Amino acid sequence: MTKTRATFVELQRQNRRRAFLLGFVLFLVLGGAGAALGSAWGSWPLGALAGVAIALVQFLVARSAGDRILLAVAKAEPVRRLDRPQLVNVVEEVAIAAGVPCPEIRLIEDESPNAFAVGFRPDRAAVAVTTGLLEKLKRDELQAVVAHEIGHIRNGDSGYMVLMAVMVGTIVILADLAWHTLRWGGRSRSRSSKGGGPALILVALLLLALLAPLISRILQAAVSREREYLADATSVELTRNPSALASALRALTKDPARLKFANRGVQHLFIVNPLRKRRGGGGALASHPPLEKRIRRIEGLLA
Amino acid sequence: MVTAFLGATGLWIGLGVLVLFGLIFMGLYNGLVAGRNQCRNAWSQVDVQLKRRYDLIPNLVETAKGYLKHERETLEAVIKARQVAIDAKTVGEQAKAENMLTSTLRSLFAVSENYPDLKANQNMLALQEELTSTENRIGFARQHYNDSVLRYNNKVQQFPGNIIANMFAFREEEFFELEDQAAREAVKVQF
Repeated sequence: MTKTRATFVELQRQNRRRAFLLGFVLFLVLGGAGAALGSAWGSWPLGALAGVAIALVQFLVARSAGDRILLAVAKAEPVRRLDRPQLVNVVEEVAIAAGVPCPEIRLIEDESPNAFAVGFRPDRAAVAVTTGLLEKLKRDELQAVVAHEIGHIRNGDSGYMVLMAVMVGTIVILADLAWHTLRWGGRSRSRSSKGGGPALILVALLLLALLAPLISRILQAAVSREREYLADATSVELTRNPSALASALRALTKDPARLKFANRGVQHLFIVNPLRKRRGGGGALASHPPLEKRIRRIEGLLA
Repeated sequence: MVTAFLGATGLWIGLGVLVLFGLIFMGLYNGLVAGRNQCRNAWSQVDVQLKRRYDLIPNLVETAKGYLKHERETLEAVIKARQVAIDAKTVGEQAKAENMLTSTLRSLFAVSENYPDLKANQNMLALQEELTSTENRIGFARQHYNDSVLRYNNKVQQFPGNIIANMFAFREEEFFELEDQAAREAVKVQF
């Protein structure tokens, strides 16, 4: 099947739709998980509401402090124009192209070339790059990477991904509770009048305890991948230079150096998966799309 | 029968429809306002970046003067082109003057290739990066302006926004275009 050449606008629209749909399904799983647990304890609407409320509270907490914590843990230091004029210029140029205020620029002392972005709003955002990135990429490749990160900020991915993570976290908690309830019984066990009711609830709880966490993790990873494609398309929209991004991604993926600050919790924030060397990170649970697919989509774009 | 329909339910439905239309109207109108303002903002951004270049050039000339004693014409061309660009009145004049300025700068950097002392000068290197960045910024600012114009023009032309646009005299904005072929080639410049 030959793919027709797309514009980055079409690609962006497609990605946004998919990501939104997946996020919505995840939301339904969250509500369903809450309802399943709720029914075991007497009231399924209350359960569904409680599930959503827990997720919302966690999201608000993460939203107020999340990005500062991340930058501190990553040891991303602020950069002065004096120290790295080219980096500052590159970021400011992309901000002009995107029509957003220039984000804070941070530097991480690390050989491994990589970059990430944090921030729920363009005017309170930060882009962090490693010293390895500055050394190993040419100016236009660096700009493509920065454009990808600013794309994440402008597309609201930080907020999106935190919301996903929080929903999955809540579902995991609910699944745990479901397992608990299965073993030690809930309130509805004592009701005998519902007929097939308790059996149905048992099945629902079992599904919740076993399948829900897995399904929601798969959904979360799928959203993460769609958002990476979206950020790639945005990078091309901003720089009008698809080949720069393609060669940057290749250079980054092939680089052997290991990023010091990287774990499963934060891997999706980076432009290239810092944990790619470790086994068992691919497939449905991958946070990033495979390199070749990314490059094929980029090269199919009209600048 | 009609009067019965126009009873309580009919009234509420009618009100609901009015409110809905009002909200849509407001949304479209505000969208047009925001779009037009973004275009204007983007245009002034281009001016900011052009000014940045004018401000950098005297510094560049000062740094280069000491080394380029035998290249007075090249230096003077730059100074003169800068002044012409600053004095330009219409958009067309300005575009032409800008292209002229870019080409005099290119000549200057081409000439300094023959002066290794000047090339190695830290100040000169820093200025080179600054000028490269400025050229890029001007290019990106123009790109952002054109993107804003495209988005806004779509809103003005597409249904149902075009009705509101006509009612309140929202007119399409013009794209920024480079007439000079040579200037069209290099939006991003590497000195």
